[in-house]
Amino acid sequence: MGAAFDEMTGAGGAVRAPYALVERWLADASPDFLQTRRAQAELFFRRIGITFAVYGDADADERLIPFDIVPRVLARGEWTRLERGLVQRVAALNAFLADVYGAREILRAGIVPEDLILRNPQFCLPAIGLKPAHGVYVHIAGIDIVRTGPDQFYVLEDNARTPSGVSYMLENREVMLRLMPELIDRHRVAPVETYPETLLDTLRSVAPPRCRHDPTVAVLTPGHHNSAYYEHSFLADKLGVELVEGSDLAVRDDVLYMRTTEGPRRIDVLYRRVDDAFLDPLVFRADSVLGVAGLVAAHEAGNLTIANAVGTGIADDKAIYSYMPEIVRFYTGEAPLIDNVPTWRCREPQSLAYVLEHLPELVVKEVDGSGGYGMLVGPHATRAEIDAFAAKLRADPARFIAQPTLALSTCPTLADSGIVPRHVDLRPFVLTGANGTRIVPGGLTRVALKEASLVVNSSQGGGTKDTWVLDD
Amino acid sequence: MLSRTAAALYWTGRYIERADFTARLVEATIRLAALPSSYGGDVAAWTGALAAAGAADGYALAHPQLGEESACQYLSLAPLNPSSMRSCIEQARTNARAVRTALTAEAWEAINSAWLDLQRYGTELDSRLMLNRLLEAVKAAALAFDGAIHRTMLREDGYWFLRLGAAIERADNTARLLDVKYHLLLPRDEPVGGSLDYFQWTTILRTVSALTAYRHVYRDAVKPWLVADLLILNKQMPRSLAACTGSAVRYLDELARESGRRGPAHRQASALAAGLTGTDIAAIFQAGLHEQIERYLADNNRLGELIAEQFLF
Repeated sequence: MGAAFDEMTGAGGAVRAPYALVERWLADASPDFLQTRRAQAELFFRRIGITFAVYGDADADERLIPFDIVPRVLARGEWTRLERGLVQRVAALNAFLADVYGAREILRAGIVPEDLILRNPQFCLPAIGLKPAHGVYVHIAGIDIVRTGPDQFYVLEDNARTPSGVSYMLENREVMLRLMPELIDRHRVAPVETYPETLLDTLRSVAPPRCRHDPTVAVLTPGHHNSAYYEHSFLADKLGVELVEGSDLAVRDDVLYMRTTEGPRRIDVLYRRVDDAFLDPLVFRADSVLGVAGLVAAHEAGNLTIANAVGTGIADDKAIYSYMPEIVRFYTGEAPLIDNVPTWRCREPQSLAYVLEHLPELVVKEVDGSGGYGMLVGPHATRAEIDAFAAKLRADPARFIAQPTLALSTCPTLADSGIVPRHVDLRPFVLTGANGTRIVPGGLTRVALKEASLVVNSSQGGGTKDTWVLDD
Repeated sequence: MLSRTAAALYWTGRYIERADFTARLVEATIRLAALPSSYGGDVAAWTGALAAAGAADGYALAHPQLGEESACQYLSLAPLNPSSMRSCIEQARTNARAVRTALTAEAWEAINSAWLDLQRYGTELDSRLMLNRLLEAVKAAALAFDGAIHRTMLREDGYWFLRLGAAIERADNTARLLDVKYHLLLPRDEPVGGSLDYFQWTTILRTVSALTAYRHVYRDAVKPWLVADLLILNKQMPRSLAACTGSAVRYLDELARESGRRGPAHRQASALAAGLTGTDIAAIFQAGLHEQIERYLADNNRLGELIAEQFLF
């Protein structure tokens, strides 16, 4: 792995155009000034209560995701390219889902092996034959993008279930506007504040076709112990809709109602932030109290839209990921505009052999893992860790994929010692409704705060940055 | 609005109010207990305070021997006292956090800041100075929260449930204070015990922050029947039973305005309010002050239950 591409200085040379003013601002700012702003930003986040819980960490029931005050900047031209690629990718994801739960043409064409779909734990039997309104499965997608050079962008991961982080995209901008006006005012930064409105419009557009009244939207949360509860309440608030929990809901005659002080009220579109497995005890896990019995039946009867639709997990499965270039070609007839990271499927014997031989230089992930748990980052692992992982890998190779360790781009970041380069990724949020796909310019930039670390997940010590798309 | 949200707001209102009452109670009791014994100062003042805070049983279990320090500790920071100021703020914040969307950012920030601030005190009082700071912080938190909801919240269901919870709790607090001190409040024609009781009466007034109000209303020396009149019947006095119940009636009316539906909670509140109008303090003494207060406490509790039933909490 060579030196990483730096978003501000490229290969260590002259300052790249989008960062010209940021660089000057950083050069003029005293260390004291920057640290003060950082402390103020932290205070702001703590006071408004943007916290998240880390599972299994009792002390940190409510922890802040560290916010870095140096923005991550994209030129409009870079963004436009990304945007086209994202629209294409999400179109392919939706077409793929409609196909695997419908006609299964992609299997007949032999593009994706049949057993990888039909025997995949993420393949959702109750979703077979269900037709979501307007054929949209993934209303909200979070596509993780990494960069290795001026023009090299890759999709690292598709998040098609219940992607989170959009509240940070919005609040990071708020804090920048409040604390760094002198910097942001010198730029023409594309606004992100239209996200809630666009989301509401998207959700209303996919109301069941037979819903003749003004559709009622609600956000379903697992409750305030969930790590993303802040975001759920934040979104419900910005959308101006009710934030409901399973205990607030009841299905009668295939219609979903919420319990209000004035009796039951009908819900037409449910933006759920609860995983499939917990959504409906009659269809999925019978012991779940996070959802409500009859939810899937209400959807089946055409009285409810569930966003995202049930069964989308098959589309962001990491084993399917490796086939995404073919999937994009199959449904759109075009070459992918954003590449995949080259991926070895350990289920294939010759790939497994290669992976086992090259473990110290690869990143190995569980196909159904998330949050940065259960993965091996070869270059940062000890010999013992690698050996232990190799044993796991041999025992059940189909559960793993492997990728080269990419030299993720770095972005200037404020550390205790001053401004240092740290690796970043980007998660734009892609909204698809009855009237097409829209993306608010920007997204969530995650930054690995530990030196040389490539893991940006907030559960693993990652932070976030405001992401600017600059109009020229 | 969602029934769960309504319940959480109602309880947020109650817990904030209870924290504020306990702070004033502790403050007034410290003054009373610190007087020379010839003026009625006695550690036994804490027995009354613990009873008025509804914490007597829990305290007795944890502390076999009555002591000022342990009583202060129990009422202020003790995690095992569900009604300690710390527990109240914590519960208020937990309820508020579960329904964040129903509060304005200002209201949430007020409650969250109070909670964050309280974390700094830990769970043990280490000095009288610390207690003083804590009492000020809790009273300021209640003011900040009330101010935030008053200034920023839409006058719709969520607001009325918050206020309703506060009104029911406030009525309960004043009634419990009266229940503990009723024997000190005597009708006009009864001989007054002597100057000892003066400090008891002013303590009662201080607990509901009404000493200045008393002088303003009656322009008279502190007399026990007038203290009773102020705390029970005076509608201008925001912590009197009549004012609290009157507010509860009004908030329930606001809640019925949109739906047009009235239920058992409305009837109970109206009946309770009617019992406090068209009477005077002499008549209440005649009917038995203690019995009247006991009945009011029970009726007010029942009102709380009916609210929960009617709005499907």
